[in-house]
Amino acid sequence: MLTCKEFLSELSDYLDEKTSLELREKLQRHITECPNCWVICDTTKKTIQVYKGMQSCTIPDDVHARLMAAVERKMAATKKTE
Amino acid sequence: MAIETIPAPPVEAPSDELDLVARAKAGDSAAFSALINRYEGKIFRLAMNITQNREDAEDVLQEAFFKAFEHIDQFQGNSKFYTWIVRIAVNQALMKLRKRKSDRTVSLDEQIDTGEDMVVREVAAWDPDPEERFSREEMSQILSDAIDDLTPIYRTVFTLRDVDGLSTEETAEALDLTVPAVKSRLLRARLQLRDKLNRFFKRKGDDAFAYM
Repeated sequence: MLTCKEFLSELSDYLDEKTSLELREKLQRHITECPNCWVICDTTKKTIQVYKGMQSCTIPDDVHARLMAAVERKMAATKKTE
Repeated sequence: MAIETIPAPPVEAPSDELDLVARAKAGDSAAFSALINRYEGKIFRLAMNITQNREDAEDVLQEAFFKAFEHIDQFQGNSKFYTWIVRIAVNQALMKLRKRKSDRTVSLDEQIDTGEDMVVREVAAWDPDPEERFSREEMSQILSDAIDDLTPIYRTVFTLRDVDGLSTEETAEALDLTVPAVKSRLLRARLQLRDKLNRFFKRKGDDAFAYM
């Protein structure tokens, strides 16, 4: 059986379903026999899920306005030199 | 920085993106503005994540889009436009940090891995839907506080990979890290966030394994 440390080091790939089938079976066997690792696996999965729903931050209006004004100036200057 | 918990849009590059990039390359300023509108929020968040300073982040945002505008003819189109602009923005943000610290060796990845951050402090089961215990505003605050608490490299890797939905390979390309380096930082970031959320989400008044 895998040790808890070995399980933990493969946890990300396991949650992303990126392990080989053989390793996946070993990891699955480990969590059926190790309640601590089962909880860590379950709660890490939930952690990823709650963040997955996060919308990208909306940019503050003033920052957006200054960006667009700066880029427009840049574009205008580039056109002049062409 | 408030983070909305509205479902994120699909991560695949929209089919019109290639068209926008082609038009921007041909000098169509409206197409370039459309690309800015699509990614400015994410690039600003990324810049905030790295510089942790609003003024610097705004500079990074502007400089990144200036560079993109100047060099768009060099964008090959074999990666997503977002990956390309992230890479530019990360470089600009690191230059800011170097200037601020007057230290030429600043890198996003300067943290030394001691293995300490792999330690799981408390193992306690969570409710099946832990977020239902909180209002949307409370959840938003909890999630952004927890992520703000991570070091910049973990925050950046986690955001690109798990929030923006880039692949491990794309994240590696954007941050100029190896794939194994992204993987190990992602694992640590996920475990640290799990640890930070634990005190909010663990089952109350219950033995951790009572229902197992």
